[in-house]
Amino acid sequence: MDAVLTGLATGFSVALDPFNLFLVLAGCFAGTLIGALPGLGPINGVAILLPIAYGLGFGPESALILLAGIYYGAEYGGRISSILLNVPGDASAVMTTLDGNPMARNGEAGRALSLSAIASFVGGTFAVVLLSLFAPTLATFAVTFSPADYVALMVFAFASLASLVGKNVVKTLLGATIGLMLATIGIDANTGVPRYTFGIPDILAGIDFLIVVVGLFGMAELLTLVEQQVSGKLKSLPLDNSFVRMADLAKCKWTIVRSSIIGFFIGVLPGTGASVASAVAYGTEKRIADDGSTFGTGNPRGLAAPESANNAAAGGAMVPMLTLGIPGSGTTAILLGALLMFNIQPGPMLFSQNPEVAWGLIASMYIGNVALLIINLPLVGIFARMLTIPQHYLTPLIAILAFIGIYTIVGNPFDLLLITLLGIFGWFLRKMDFSLAPVILGFVLGSLFENNLRRALSISGGDWTILVADYKSIVLYALSVLVVLAPIWLARRARRMAAGPVSSSKGI
Amino acid sequence: MSFARLGAAMCLAASLAAPAFAQSQIDDPECVAPANPGGGFDLTCRVAQTGLDPHVDAPIQVNFMPGGIGAVAYNLFNTTRTDDGSAIVAFSTGSLLNIVTGKYGAFTEKDVRWVATAGADFGAVVVRADSEYQTLAELMTDFSADPASVVVGAGGSVGSQDWMKGALLLREAGASPMDMRYVAFDGGGDAIAALLGGSIEVYTGDVGEMVPHMESGQMRLLAVMSPERLEAPFADIPTAIEEGFDVEWTIMRGFYMGGDVSDADYQKWVDAFEAAYATEAFAQVQKERGLLPLNMAGEELQTSVEQRVQTLREIATEAGLIQ
Repeated sequence: MDAVLTGLATGFSVALDPFNLFLVLAGCFAGTLIGALPGLGPINGVAILLPIAYGLGFGPESALILLAGIYYGAEYGGRISSILLNVPGDASAVMTTLDGNPMARNGEAGRALSLSAIASFVGGTFAVVLLSLFAPTLATFAVTFSPADYVALMVFAFASLASLVGKNVVKTLLGATIGLMLATIGIDANTGVPRYTFGIPDILAGIDFLIVVVGLFGMAELLTLVEQQVSGKLKSLPLDNSFVRMADLAKCKWTIVRSSIIGFFIGVLPGTGASVASAVAYGTEKRIADDGSTFGTGNPRGLAAPESANNAAAGGAMVPMLTLGIPGSGTTAILLGALLMFNIQPGPMLFSQNPEVAWGLIASMYIGNVALLIINLPLVGIFARMLTIPQHYLTPLIAILAFIGIYTIVGNPFDLLLITLLGIFGWFLRKMDFSLAPVILGFVLGSLFENNLRRALSISGGDWTILVADYKSIVLYALSVLVVLAPIWLARRARRMAAGPVSSSKGI
Repeated sequence: MSFARLGAAMCLAASLAAPAFAQSQIDDPECVAPANPGGGFDLTCRVAQTGLDPHVDAPIQVNFMPGGIGAVAYNLFNTTRTDDGSAIVAFSTGSLLNIVTGKYGAFTEKDVRWVATAGADFGAVVVRADSEYQTLAELMTDFSADPASVVVGAGGSVGSQDWMKGALLLREAGASPMDMRYVAFDGGGDAIAALLGGSIEVYTGDVGEMVPHMESGQMRLLAVMSPERLEAPFADIPTAIEEGFDVEWTIMRGFYMGGDVSDADYQKWVDAFEAAYATEAFAQVQKERGLLPLNMAGEELQTSVEQRVQTLREIATEAGLIQ
């Protein structure tokens, strides 16, 4: 405990240096903007600005503080276009569209933005606190997750997501299958055999997650907007000055706490990031909420869950990077590269050899969270006003931003074609009343599931009992059964009690 | 166009007039990293950018062209930008392996011009600090007795460079590479996590990525797969050859250009690299980027690449990767 306090003291003395404080704020602001642009997310923001931060000749702690500010800011910013435009600002904000956008359509954009800012703040801060208290212990635990345990984790993720099954079970399953099929395109990670590439070199490495998200969500949404404009069905969205209410916070407080915990722990595991965390948190909340059926129509809890989870995961992903030198997500992989550029070697020695870097970064995350909350709450009105821009200006603007964003990152014109094709495909799916979220989740979880299952089986030499050989797997399978069965049991009990002489409806 | 011609003419005149001209004159020099920012190809281009800076008259711009593990760039420079004299493209031994296994399509190593190297990295055989294997010989004994008893893992798929290192060890131990119990991870970071977590027993990684882990004492390098012993912090690690196993894996990093590039344009880049190789500053750039010196340009590299590809083709055939 003493070590943590002295560490934090060192950290804050670095982070509160006026120049570094300025960098935190600048990074957070730039990050929010980057995150808000459709398609551009934390990973791109950090990757694009890394050479700049290096080129400006900052000290390592200052450069890292700037980059971490951008990382954090982008996680916050991702929600803005999800809520306002139904286009996820980045991959981890996909789940945010489900309830955030309906709220905005109901004239509560301000309420949705402010509530999600607070959820993000709590999630983010929670993660930093845990990071500063338990980082080394957690990292040692995360490393013991074997491929077989990841398989169990994916089963748990699928089980929590079973709640996403909407009105039409067949269409949801078909959607998830389409996602799984998209995930199999490219060179097979185990055997190196190209699958479904049809000799096209551009998809040899598979289709980037970002391309699928921007194509299926962004482009499909734009086509829908254009269609509504042409057919004259588009009604202008109501102007609003709504703001988060105390009642919302009271209602969401346990959601936020639960989702922060889920998000942080999934973030700590190497290889699983904020998108898996937000999906699991959303699924779990929908299962255990007493008004779960209203999820997807603008339920504040459905908005708070993914937002607190993805920010908590962003903090969690820092744990293995700082303490073991193993990145927990794509963005932390780039931050790790940044440390190496400065000849700083992340790993168990970092906290003793470069305390000013390690603790300075942690302290700047505390400050960054507060700064982002302060930046985001008063500016809610400005962001909400984006909705009042006439659609015939807004639609082409989003299209241009999405194309520029994608091109800046991937730099391959083929991918622009691909997002357009996926957009048309997504539009057809929407016409046929498919929900697009299962497609994305099938895409993300499917490849993780497949790769880890095959890794586990290569380790055991084809023996399937490896899947239940460890207590961690067994605990996860038990939890999976629980999340599927508990709501059914609770619903039955509620029905019995309602039918009984004393009718009392009890919350959870 | 006329400006470009004028420029080329002036350049030629200048090089004739002053043979010892210090800087190569290249219009808008560009280094194409055929991947996303942050990876090995990015690093390779950064070596050219900073290392060649004093030797070319304009700053080198780094551009990214991801897609198909480098296949997109290789196809582009074989179809449309075949005579682009101002761009070099980063490659590694992994790219050569992809050419051999046909992942880059119908184009072969003879279709592009190999310009120069940025440096080298070497394979490393890594185990956890508390592993039962103290020496490479102990591991090799197990490999020859029962290859399937050892779980090997690394960051690439079957048929990748990382797999090749394991395959070569098995071949040397007298076993078939196809009997290796190999687990493919998504990058070296995940594989190191699996090694520390006990999911795999042996990690066939690279020397460069082990630098940050050397001091922590969590892992042990059984051997490096370099032709000769390396400098600190690897000075105490024996090479596989020293241990009596004729296995070597050099990861060459360098650059190629399109096949129809004029000799004059090609020579300008080769000259710039050769001028840089002679300086202490370039060695420093290599060191900062975690690369070991391996300096070859022009004809020398062309011959070396062709030899390497030939060797890779033999190994790949033997391992059953290609017919």
